Amino acid sequence: MSISSASAGANRIKNRGRLNRARTISFTWDGKSLNAYDGDTLASALLANGIHLTGRSFKYHRPRGILSAGPEEPNAIVDIARDTARRQPNVRATVQEVFDGMQANSQNRFPALIFDVGAVNDFFGPFIPAGFYYKTFMWPASFWKHVYEPFIRRAAGLGTAPTEADPDTYANRYAHCDVLVAGGGPAGIAAALAAARKGKSVILCDENADFGGHLRADIHAQIDGQPAMDWVASAVAELRSLDNATVLNRTTAFGYYTANMVALAERVTDHIADPDPELPRERLWQVRAGTVLIATGAIERHLVFHGNDRPAVMLASAAQMFANHFGVSIGKRVGVYTACDSAWQAAFDLHEAGSPIALIVDTRSEVPSQLLAKANDLGIAVKPGHKVTATSGRLRISSMTVEAENGHGKEKTPIDALIVSGGWTPSVHLFSQSRGRLKFDADNGRFLPDEVAENCICIGGCNGAMTLADALDDAANATGSKPANCEETGSMVGYQIGTSNGKTDSAFDKSFIDFQNDVTAKDIRLAVREGMLSIEHVKRYTTTGMATDQGKMSNMHGLAIAATELGREIPDIGLTTFRAPYTPVTFGTIINHAKGKLFDVTRTTPIHSWAQEHGAVFEDVGNWKRTWYFPKPGEDMQAAVNRECAATRNAAGIFDASTLGKIEVVGPDAVKFMELMYTNPWQKLAVGRCRYGIMLREDGFIYDDGVVGRLAEDRFHVTTTTGGAPRVLNHMEDYLQTEFPDWKVWLTSTSEQWAVIAVQGPKAREIIEPFVEDIDLDDMPHMSIREGRFCGVRTRLMRVSFTGELGFEINVPANYGRSVWEKIWERGEPLGLTPYGTEAMHVLRAEKGFIIVGQDTDGTVTPDDANLSWAIGKKKTDFVGIRGLKRIDLVAEGRRQLVGLKTLDPREVLEEGAQIVEDPHQPIPMKMIGFVTSSYWSENCGRSIALALIENGRAQMGEKLHVPMANGAIAVEVCETVFIDPDGSKLNG
Amino acid sequence: MDDVLQIEPLAGRRFAATGIALEPAPFCERFSLRAGPEEVAEVGKEIGIALPVKPKSSKTLKKISALWLGPDEWLIMAAPETGLSAKMSKLDGTLCSAVDVSHRNTAIYVEGPNALAVLNAGCPQNLSLTAFPKGACSRTIIGKSEIILLRESPERFRVECWRSFSDYVWNFLVDAGKSAQI
Repeated sequence: MSISSASAGANRIKNRGRLNRARTISFTWDGKSLNAYDGDTLASALLANGIHLTGRSFKYHRPRGILSAGPEEPNAIVDIARDTARRQPNVRATVQEVFDGMQANSQNRFPALIFDVGAVNDFFGPFIPAGFYYKTFMWPASFWKHVYEPFIRRAAGLGTAPTEADPDTYANRYAHCDVLVAGGGPAGIAAALAAARKGKSVILCDENADFGGHLRADIHAQIDGQPAMDWVASAVAELRSLDNATVLNRTTAFGYYTANMVALAERVTDHIADPDPELPRERLWQVRAGTVLIATGAIERHLVFHGNDRPAVMLASAAQMFANHFGVSIGKRVGVYTACDSAWQAAFDLHEAGSPIALIVDTRSEVPSQLLAKANDLGIAVKPGHKVTATSGRLRISSMTVEAENGHGKEKTPIDALIVSGGWTPSVHLFSQSRGRLKFDADNGRFLPDEVAENCICIGGCNGAMTLADALDDAANATGSKPANCEETGSMVGYQIGTSNGKTDSAFDKSFIDFQNDVTAKDIRLAVREGMLSIEHVKRYTTTGMATDQGKMSNMHGLAIAATELGREIPDIGLTTFRAPYTPVTFGTIINHAKGKLFDVTRTTPIHSWAQEHGAVFEDVGNWKRTWYFPKPGEDMQAAVNRECAATRNAAGIFDASTLGKIEVVGPDAVKFMELMYTNPWQKLAVGRCRYGIMLREDGFIYDDGVVGRLAEDRFHVTTTTGGAPRVLNHMEDYLQTEFPDWKVWLTSTSEQWAVIAVQGPKAREIIEPFVEDIDLDDMPHMSIREGRFCGVRTRLMRVSFTGELGFEINVPANYGRSVWEKIWERGEPLGLTPYGTEAMHVLRAEKGFIIVGQDTDGTVTPDDANLSWAIGKKKTDFVGIRGLKRIDLVAEGRRQLVGLKTLDPREVLEEGAQIVEDPHQPIPMKMIGFVTSSYWSENCGRSIALALIENGRAQMGEKLHVPMANGAIAVEVCETVFIDPDGSKLNG
Repeated sequence: MDDVLQIEPLAGRRFAATGIALEPAPFCERFSLRAGPEEVAEVGKEIGIALPVKPKSSKTLKKISALWLGPDEWLIMAAPETGLSAKMSKLDGTLCSAVDVSHRNTAIYVEGPNALAVLNAGCPQNLSLTAFPKGACSRTIIGKSEIILLRESPERFRVECWRSFSDYVWNFLVDAGKSAQI
């Protein structure tokens, strides 16, 4: 076979590979235009175009190439863009599929990939050992923030984050299945097919574009009498045709959570040149599976020797994948360095595909005779029992130096690529995430699944299968079916972990174990010498296994070197913990739908649209949008609030109170329940009357408040604060379900059943009177509730006031809210009716000294502190909080009590939260005796007003106190909390 | 008053994409019904429908639907012309709680071959026909909002939610509807 000069790269192998070569697509690499075929990864396309150098390493800026053909890739980490907004750094070139118009760029280099200034670090390598930053940047402390950290941040790090907002969308899907198969190699496919044929609901996922796993790199294996990849194609086609099977390619099972919940990341459009804009870029799958079959295969390891990181040093299986699947040749004179049988077959495939093998070096002196015979047949030179001790070549490997185990026969062989294999590491990541226990297989130098913690079964390579037949047997056993027949030539026997050329203590040794974080074998040894005994410490000190590849190739090497240095066995040192995600997952996928207007719920009332049309400004109260104030043209907030407050006291105001929490308490035990939940007495509250209720927690502090109306002997209409609605219902339900489950009383939230329109002010009655039917307003004293009709609509009409004015709260079914509001507005506007918002509501209630729970209380305020002792039923023997109120510190002298404050300068408005002292001239720190809880300009009083919690406040009426501020103390006088109409004549008028 | 209009929170909205259509359900009367095990039979007799007692099940008789929401909780729904309010008022002497929540909730019909995929974008429940057959109902979630889900047919679901959450639920279903195609 010979290399064709096909248009998608000079290194395409004639008649090799499974890509469709009918059409070429075009992309750029560092600005240069190149061609590829559909199905190429960026890695295969670059290799086809003769490009091995793909990036610079993290610490030493050493030139690096493509090491693998899969998600374990530590080196070829690149930046991929469609346009300026759709750009992602740190993409693995071995995973990213090429699409027409793709812009790919190398990272971590300046000014150019082939000449990088940062590479001076490579020469200073001996002076940048493990822990260098810990040791160097310790002193002086003040240097850290302005010198060391900015320097390290600029020098380190891979890629640059995009600066524009991500315009793509992401999706989520919850799914349930009997069997989830993670991994679509031979074991996974066979098991998925067997389970689906038995009628189980099955989800099969694989991280690659094509199913088949390592079979994609294989051209010899046969399953059920046909080429293995034909068997894969027909099995996947059968699965896709079944209603009970879901087949997901480009989908990585990245996290294994409690009770067989497995998270998958599906890449939907990253491989498409011109995706449908409605399609999500990625989709998160949250799968709840009856059984999880973990068929995640195994990952080939590199070998640890000096100079093992030069571009064109590549895993043997990767080279085989590039040749057999992508039809790409990696070199014209290829060296082989292995400790495992599988690399021999890779070498034979490459040799037959036009990449002559210069020499096979095997660390083992005993190599299976059939491999030696085949090499002999092909005329390939072999050196069993030898090792590679060095390599040369700056931007691409140019030679390897080989010597015998005993150090004799040192010889340099010119090569243009080197394929390596240290054996295979089973991918136990998902199994380990499921809290399954691993055991060490000393014969083969690997950890294997042992005790399961979830309902899962490991099959194939991740379970230690070394041949295709073993993998298919695993699948059959897991599904209770007959194994497929197979013929094959491959085997994964043979391994090497740790350094393959012994200890090298030279300061210039570059035997890398972790390529992405530039960790060498000697770094691990140094860490151990400096006292890191646990592998978890070694990991953090050297950063081995901490890069985006999470040490998929390096962990076993690091472990073996540390074990040797400590003189202990590998199982005694333990393994670092496997954590989700298996490969990096974008934030977009994790938040999926929850962005923009779906970031959180925005709740609006039925009257919201009217307020919008009338120029309202809104404020956020929990998830609600509440009307804050209604500015007229030219008005600022203060002017609007002043006008709204004055109009309400002089004529009438209209206010949307729909967000108030409402709970209907129904049942023969309703009154008994109310007695328990609130401090007030309820037995004697007559039907048709209302009462202001205080709710405490067990500790005796105020939890919520609200007006409660009695609709019938066994039915109460309870209102809560806007923010308190959900927690008050939960608090009530908690007592009902856990303490009094046999009481005949039920709670229903009716917050959203009723739109609530408050009409407050001297003209309130005049305005609403014509709309009221079946209710006698003359028979409605302050604090009463009636059912009847309003504007022809069913109503619960309450005469209540949070302003101190004559007032009504009109409850109508929510769908009628806006229409009824408009009717009232139509009639009231000529009479001076003015819409007001929450800010005016706050001022109006403060003028009357009415508290707002959460503003004038902070969870440490008792009813007495808030001057609300009158609301506690004196004869009551029980309610939630009654014992708390008797605590010594709650009845002690000196508690902070709610009082009013008047600034001596009436124009000065205090800041809410400001602290209060007796003597402003005392030394700092001063003794604080309280703080301001509410403070406003009151247009109705013609001055500022404030509420405050002050130690022994009620005993200090008329006293002068001080509020220290940045530019001087403000003098205030303690006063009653009621600033307007102290005898309540307006309320009852 | 003659011209006091009802305004449903999702009035006028429509959405359709491949295999999925969303539509606000017309207004209906709804009651939250609470009753202990001893009263279930009597309550059912008064309103003319035997209350379902099996979890996740519903019953529809003479255009009145009763949805099981918990061991002592049902949602009773019917079109306005059914006279549900009158039937519920017969319960006044019975040991139970019936509270009108007609305006608290609103509903969205989710219909089409992709209905299940759209709902499962935000609802973690197993909605396969075996686990959630026709007539099945459940109080569950869509994204960050509580909903009550009722399967009216294999490809038609009714999503009930509180009115102020309906804009979020609608937008979520639209977002999911655009991306439902696998």
